[in-house]
Amino acid sequence: MKKIYLDYAATTPVDTRVLKAMEPYFNKKFGNTMGLYSLGLEAKKALEDSRKTVAKFMKAGSEEIVFTGSATESINSVLKGIAFANKGKGKHIITSSIEHHAVLETCKWLEKQGFEITYLPVDNYGFINLIQLENAIRKDTILVSIMHANNEIGTIEPIKDIGKICSNHDVYFHTDAVQSFGKMPIDVNKMNIDLLSLSAHKFYGPKGVGATFVRKGVKIEPLLHGGGHEFGLRSSTSNIAGVVGLAKAVKLRKKEMKSETKKLTKLRDRLIEGVLKIENSHLNGHPTMRLSNNANFWFSFIEGESLVVQLDSYGIMGSTGSACSSDTLEPSHVLRAIGLKHEEAHGSLRLTLGKYTTKADINYVLKVLPKIVKKLRKISPFKGKWN
Amino acid sequence: MKYSLYTKEIMKHFRNPKNVGKIKNPDGKGRVGNLICGDVMELYIKVKNSKIVGIKFQTFGCVVALAVSSMLTEMVKGKTIKQAIKITNKDIIKKSGKVPPIKVHCSILAADALHEAIYDYLLKNKLKIPEKLKKEHKRIKSNLEQLESLHGEHVKFEEKLLNK
Repeated sequence: MKKIYLDYAATTPVDTRVLKAMEPYFNKKFGNTMGLYSLGLEAKKALEDSRKTVAKFMKAGSEEIVFTGSATESINSVLKGIAFANKGKGKHIITSSIEHHAVLETCKWLEKQGFEITYLPVDNYGFINLIQLENAIRKDTILVSIMHANNEIGTIEPIKDIGKICSNHDVYFHTDAVQSFGKMPIDVNKMNIDLLSLSAHKFYGPKGVGATFVRKGVKIEPLLHGGGHEFGLRSSTSNIAGVVGLAKAVKLRKKEMKSETKKLTKLRDRLIEGVLKIENSHLNGHPTMRLSNNANFWFSFIEGESLVVQLDSYGIMGSTGSACSSDTLEPSHVLRAIGLKHEEAHGSLRLTLGKYTTKADINYVLKVLPKIVKKLRKISPFKGKWN
Repeated sequence: MKYSLYTKEIMKHFRNPKNVGKIKNPDGKGRVGNLICGDVMELYIKVKNSKIVGIKFQTFGCVVALAVSSMLTEMVKGKTIKQAIKITNKDIIKKSGKVPPIKVHCSILAADALHEAIYDYLLKNKLKIPEKLKKEHKRIKSNLEQLESLHGEHVKFEEKLLNK
């Protein structure tokens, strides 16, 4: 049976060139970066070269890149680190209602520690309102954290404008760039970004390694205390193989990003156009202001987990924001925030493309999906012409 | 398939559900749902000489909800009303092999739909409704409210996100 992976937003396979770059650092160049002998210095050099590569990609300085174990760790250390370092100035943080759980759950925890969080609403496409953002900034606001692109619906937020507003009000701006990093150019200076989180496994790098951009001069406390690695911001023996893998993946993105975005946009639009031919199917997010690899739909009268499992029996791998697939039995907060009703979010399907996706794959999905939707609608008690 | 979210029995019924559809002029109809996870099930029965001779269902829900609906209809077909009343969600779980804890409510949904359909049949035909079934009927109604309060905290947080 065909196997078509369309869940690249969840994770991506490691590029073989990345794997090759990483390999020597497991058992040959295995030194501790703190070692004063050549094996250690060799590792240290690899670490610093990697830092340069990652920094250059976003026009940052090398000393502004902190390697971490994941984007969740980066986000936790930014939110908690800024909160605790700046509570003298204030205890107010602004974020949006469609952030990843890594942001929202950290904010919920900070609320318990006495911090106050404003969750900005979004419109039906998932965009925050810039006037609302500016109005929400107060004297005691210490941080604004808005994602660059949404992981579920792919909506790209106007972060350049957000950065400008934050800069004008002298408030730190953090962006969760997990989904956008390596898919579109980023310039932390032009965009007035003070802090940024990213993860390697979303762009053909390994799992278990991420990075944080921390602008020089930003007041921040570390999450992990210890041997003082990463400028004292992230103590832990350097995951040198992981970091080398992350840097190699970044290098490859720099070369291949432009042509791949062009190809994926075409395939994405072909997919969206084809899927919307199914009656009572709807697109979530904006038609054009979305990640080049993201398509998200909802289908009336059916449920998403059933849809995903049916697709799996045809070899197609996608995901859903349905309540039935979550541990809390609650539908996706993102789909609810863009105005979908409970039962509408129930029927959602996310398909995310990647560099190995072909036109033939999309054609196959467009052949199979309408059949499955029809089959599930036959079982559904809801009124419609299928009954 | 090598890896599967659920048991073979569940996947079998999910892929090829039995007794899907509606019955015109049913002798009994049960419609149950829970607002929290969003599943809705409708069950129709045809009764002859106190025996369930026809049964059909329609379900809006996840893999387990669809599978146990189908399974239930196969378990009930041909049974007398007396026998069918005794079927519980535990019997359904047993039949399905194993149901993850978070999906137990799906099996309850199916059992509830059956009991509601029988309740409807007995009521329509002015037959004696066993006390237990009356209690069930009440519970099914209040179940909805209980579920809502159970997830209250999360709902409140969600409302905050929605700035309501």
